[in-house]
Amino acid sequence: MEVVAVFLPLAGAILAGLFGARLGDRGAQYVTSGLLLLATLLSIIVFFDVAVGGNARTTELFTWFSSGAFEFSWAVRADTLSAVMLVVVTLVSAMVHVYSIGYMSHDASIPRFFAYLSLFTFFMLMLVTADNFVQLFFGWEGVGLASYLLIGFWYEKPSANAAAIKAFLVNRVGDVAFALGIAGIFFVFGSVTFDAVFAAAPEMADTTFTFIGIEAQTLNIIAILLFIGAMGKSAQLGLHTWLPDAMEGPTPVSALIHAATMVTAGVFLMVRVSPILEFAPAALLLITIIGAATAFFAATIGLTQYDIKRVIAYSTCSQLGYMMFAIGVSAYSAAMFHLMTHAFFKALLFLGAGSVIHALANEQDMRKMGGVWRMIPLTYGLMWIGSLALAGIPPFAGYFSKDVILEAAFAAQSSHGYFAFWLGIAAAFMTAFYSWRLLFMTFHGKPRASKEVMSHVHESPKIMTVPLIVLAVGSVLAGWLGYSAFVGDAREAFWGASIFVLPENDTVELAHYVPLWVQILPIIIAVSGIVLAYVMYITRPDLPGMVTSRIRPLYLFVYNKWYFDELYNAVFVRPASYLGHGLWRVGDGAVIDGIGPDGIAATTRDLARRVSRLQTGYLYHYAFVMLVGVVVFVTWYLFTQIG
Amino acid sequence: MNGWPLLSLVTFLPLVGAAFILTIRGEQAVVARNARYVALWTSLITFLLSLFVWFGFERGTSEFQFVEEVTWIPAFGITYRMGVDGISMMFVLLATILTPICILASWESVKHRVKEYMVAFLALETLMVGMFCALDFVPFYMFFEGVLIPMFLIIGIWGGDRRVYSAFKFFLYTLAGSVLMLLAILAIYFQTGTTNIVVLLEGAGIPPSMQIWLWLAFFASFAVKVPMWPVHTWLPDAHVEAPTAGSVILAGVLLKMGGYGFLRFSLPMLPDATAFFAPLVFALSVVAVIYTSLVALAQVDMKKLIAYSSVAHMGFVTAGIFTLTQQGLEGAIFQMLSHGVVAAALFLVVGVLYDRVHSRLIEKYGGLVHRMPVYALVFMIFMLASVGLPGTSGFVGEFLVIVGVFQVNTWVALLMATGMVLGAAYMLYLYRRVIFGKLTKQHLMTIKDLNWREKAIFAPLIVLVLWMGVYPVSFIDVMSASVENLIGNYEQAIAQSQAQSLAALWPGR
Repeated sequence: MEVVAVFLPLAGAILAGLFGARLGDRGAQYVTSGLLLLATLLSIIVFFDVAVGGNARTTELFTWFSSGAFEFSWAVRADTLSAVMLVVVTLVSAMVHVYSIGYMSHDASIPRFFAYLSLFTFFMLMLVTADNFVQLFFGWEGVGLASYLLIGFWYEKPSANAAAIKAFLVNRVGDVAFALGIAGIFFVFGSVTFDAVFAAAPEMADTTFTFIGIEAQTLNIIAILLFIGAMGKSAQLGLHTWLPDAMEGPTPVSALIHAATMVTAGVFLMVRVSPILEFAPAALLLITIIGAATAFFAATIGLTQYDIKRVIAYSTCSQLGYMMFAIGVSAYSAAMFHLMTHAFFKALLFLGAGSVIHALANEQDMRKMGGVWRMIPLTYGLMWIGSLALAGIPPFAGYFSKDVILEAAFAAQSSHGYFAFWLGIAAAFMTAFYSWRLLFMTFHGKPRASKEVMSHVHESPKIMTVPLIVLAVGSVLAGWLGYSAFVGDAREAFWGASIFVLPENDTVELAHYVPLWVQILPIIIAVSGIVLAYVMYITRPDLPGMVTSRIRPLYLFVYNKWYFDELYNAVFVRPASYLGHGLWRVGDGAVIDGIGPDGIAATTRDLARRVSRLQTGYLYHYAFVMLVGVVVFVTWYLFTQIG
Repeated sequence: MNGWPLLSLVTFLPLVGAAFILTIRGEQAVVARNARYVALWTSLITFLLSLFVWFGFERGTSEFQFVEEVTWIPAFGITYRMGVDGISMMFVLLATILTPICILASWESVKHRVKEYMVAFLALETLMVGMFCALDFVPFYMFFEGVLIPMFLIIGIWGGDRRVYSAFKFFLYTLAGSVLMLLAILAIYFQTGTTNIVVLLEGAGIPPSMQIWLWLAFFASFAVKVPMWPVHTWLPDAHVEAPTAGSVILAGVLLKMGGYGFLRFSLPMLPDATAFFAPLVFALSVVAVIYTSLVALAQVDMKKLIAYSSVAHMGFVTAGIFTLTQQGLEGAIFQMLSHGVVAAALFLVVGVLYDRVHSRLIEKYGGLVHRMPVYALVFMIFMLASVGLPGTSGFVGEFLVIVGVFQVNTWVALLMATGMVLGAAYMLYLYRRVIFGKLTKQHLMTIKDLNWREKAIFAPLIVLVLWMGVYPVSFIDVMSASVENLIGNYEQAIAQSQAQSLAALWPGR
C-alpha cells in the first residue's frame, strides 16, 4: 500500500508533464490533485497500521546497485518515522495541490507546475521511505531538482533563475559531504542499508578513523559529514543563504517545499541516523550549537525584513534551528514532533500569505499593505491561528512541540544544552515579535496600497480557503493530539525501533521534570513579544523608525542578513569565475599549449626554416652532412660496443 | 549463432558497407542519398548483430568469449585473435549504437562529399570495434592507430573554420603518444616472446624496473586519449571544429580507448608500476576535475564547455581505475559508458542548435524554452545526467568512483567530490543562458522544435540514460567477474613481487 502511495505522485507527474497538452489545464490539475489525495488517504491508513498497529515493514522492489559488497535495492520502508513523514508530506502536498488550482489559475503553464509539484512529492516520498543511504540520497537530490525547477518556475525572471541555481548549488555543497559520508559508511560498515549499519554502530563507537588527515572517532566523522549534508537541505547557518532567495518561486511552492517538507529533510535524516548520532558526542555538540545559532540568527533577520514571504522564510530557517538543536540534545522525538506541527502551521502561514498576495495584486512588500483585515477576514483569522501556533501560545500546536524542545535542551544539563535553551528563548521572543509585526503591518494600520489595488481586494475563492482551513485545524489540534504519542508516555510504543536513544541521553523523559519556570518562561516570553509588537506597530507607529535610527549599524548588519551573500560572493563565486578565466587563458592557452603543441610546432617551423637554408643545392654541402652523420654513427657504435 | 565469427562480422561488416558505398556512381544528389541509406542500414544491421553479443554473453565469468583465432604471421607468433570479456563487451555495443545515431545526425547537416563522409564513418566503426575486440598486440595496435585516420579526416574535411589546426593538433598529440606505445609493445614482445594479450593478462612477469618505463610509455599514449590533464588541450579544439557526429564519436567512444588501455594493459601487465604511479594518476585526476570544471565555467562556446566537462568526467574514470577496488573500477567503467552516452547526447543537443542557427556561442541563444519545449526537456535530461543526478546514468559511475576512492584516499575523495558542485555550476549556468530567460533575439523567433528524425536520435539515448540510472545492475553484472579477476591477478602480482623483494633483502630465507 505504501508502495502505491509513493508512486502515485510519480504517475501524476508523468501524466501532467508529458501529456499536459492533451489533458489540458483542468485535466492536469484534477489528475495530479486526485492522485495525491488518494496517496494521502493511503498514507493515513499506512500510518495507523504501522505506527499505531506496530506493523513496521520494508518492501524491496528490485536491486539498484550491486558492486561487490556495495549492494542494495530500491525499497519502500514503512516504520513509524517513515509513516509520520508519509502523512505529513502527502497531506500538505495534497493541500498545496488543491490550493494551487486557485492560486495558479492565471498562469500560462499550469500542467508543468502540477507536474513539478507531483514530481517533488514523489522524490520526497522516496526520501522518507528509503531503507538505505543511497536511496535516501536519490530522494534528497531529487527534491533538490524539483526545488530548482519550481524556484525557477517563472523562467523569464532573471532573479528566479539565479535563485534556482543558487539553491541547487548551495545544496550540492552539503551533498558533497553527504556523499562522502555515505562513502565513509560503506568503508567502515561494509554496507549502506540502515538495518546493517545501525546494528553495527555500537561496536564502532570506540574505533577511530582518519579523514583528510584528521584522526577522530569514526562515528563522529561520519555523523558530521551527514550533518553538513543536512545543513544544506535544512538551511542551517552557513548553508542557509539559498532559502530566502528561494522565495522567488510561486507561493504554494514556498509552502510545500521551503517550509513544510523539503527543508525538513535534513532534520529527518538526522533523526533517521539516531543510532549513529547516539555514539557520536562531538557531532551532537556541533549540531546543538549550529542549530541554536541558526534559530537565533535567522530570527534576528526576520525582525527586519519587509517582504512578507521572506519574513516567513527566515522564520522557517529559525524553526529548523530549533529542530536541529533538539536533535543535538538527543530529543529526536521532540524534533519530529516540531517538524510535524511546524509543517501544518508554516504551510498555513505561507498559503495565507499567498492569499494576501493574491488579494493585493501580487504585492509582497509589507510596507505597501495594511488596513485590509476587514476585507479579507477569513485569511486574517487563519493567519492569526498560524501565528499563534508559531509563537507557541497554548493550546495551539506549536506550543506543545516548541515547549518540549526547550525543556529538553534545559534538561540536558550540559553547557551546550543551556546555550541552546537561552538562544531558543531569545529566538522565541523574536518569533512572537516578528509574527505580530507581520500581522500588524499586513492587516492593520492605514492602507498603504494604491486606491486601484485596494478597490480590488477580495477574499480568495473556496478552492484556496478550504485547504487553509484543513491546515488550520491541524495547527490547532496537532500538538494536543500528538503530544502523548510523539513525546509523552506513549512515545516508546509509538516510535518502536525507528528512533534510538541511549538511556542516559533520554532528555525527552527528563523534559517532563524541569522546574516550573522553565515551563512557563517560553509563554511569558512569547506574550511579551506580541505586546511589544503591538506597542511598536499599533500604539506608537513612530517607534520602529526611532529604534532603527538609534542602532543604525546593528540594524543594517541584520537587515543585510549579516552580509553572508556578500561574503560568499567575494570568497567563492567571484574567485571561481576569475580562476576559470585565468586557467583557461593562461593555463591552457599560454602554458600548456604554448610549451606543448604550439611551442613544438613553432620550434619545428623554426628548425625547418633553418634546415631549408641548408638545402643549398650544392653537392658538397650534402656530402658534408652525410659525413658528419657517418662520424656520429660510428662513434656511437664504438662507444656502445666497446664501453 | 554458435560457430559464427560473430565479432569479426560485427567488426568488418561496416567496412563491407563502406566498400559498397564506394561503388555507387551517378548524379551527386542520388549518390549522396544512396550513400546515406547504405550507411544507415549497414550500421543498423551491425548494431543488431552486436546485440547477439550482448544476449549471448555469459555473465559471471571472466573468460574471453566469442573467441576467434586465425594464424596470421606464424614466424612471429602473431595471430588474428578476437574476443570480448566483461570489460570490453559493452564498449563494442557503445560503438555500434552510436554509429547509426551519428549517421542519422549527419543526415542533413553534411552536404558535401557525403559519400566519403559515410565511408569514413563506417571505416571508423570497424576500427573502433576491432580495437575493443583485438586480443593480439599487432591487430590491436593497427586498430588503435587506424582510428586516428578517419577521425583526422572527419575533422579536417568536414570540420569548422580552424579545422586544419585542430586536426593536426589532434593527430600530433595522439601520434606522439602512440609511438611510445609501439616501443612499449615491442619491448614486451622481446621480453616475453608473445603478443598474445590473453596470455599476457595472466601475468606478464615483467621485472619491476622495466615496468616503470613501459608504464610511462603506455601512459603517454593513453593519457592523451583519455585525455588527462595536462595533455587535454587538443580535445576542446578538436571538438569545436569537428562536425557534430565527429564530436559524438570522439567523446562517446574514442576517449574510452585511453581508459580501456589502462584496464587492459597498464593494470594487469604492469602491476608494480601501476602501484607505483597510482598517486600520480590521482593527482592528475583531481587537477583534471577541478581545473577543467573551473575552465568550463568560463566558456562562451557550448561545444568547448562540454568538451571541458568531458575532461572533468574522465578524471573520475582515471581515478576510479587506479583505486584497484571493485567499486572504483566498476564505477570507472560505468562512468565511461555513461559518459559515452551522455556526452554524445550533449554534443547532439548542441548540434541541433548549430544546425538551425549556425553558431555555437552561448550568447546567441536564450529563452529557447518558449519555442522548443521538447528540446528543453531533452536537454534537461542530459544536463541532469551530466550533473550526476541520482536516477540517471551519471550518478552511478560517479558515486561508485567516490566510494572506491574513499577507501584509498579520503583527500582525493573530497577533492573529486567537489566536482559535484562545480559540474552542476557550469551545466546549470549553461542551461539557464541557453534555454531560460526571455526570448528576445530576432533570429530565434522562428526556430523550430525537434523534428521526428531528431526525436528518433534522442529517444534511445534517453532510454539508456534512465535505464543505466535506475537499473545499473544489468550493466554491472556484465563487468563484475572480469573486474574481480583483474583485481585478484593484480593483488597476486603485487604480493609476489613484494615477496621477491623481501627475498632479495634476506637471501638466507
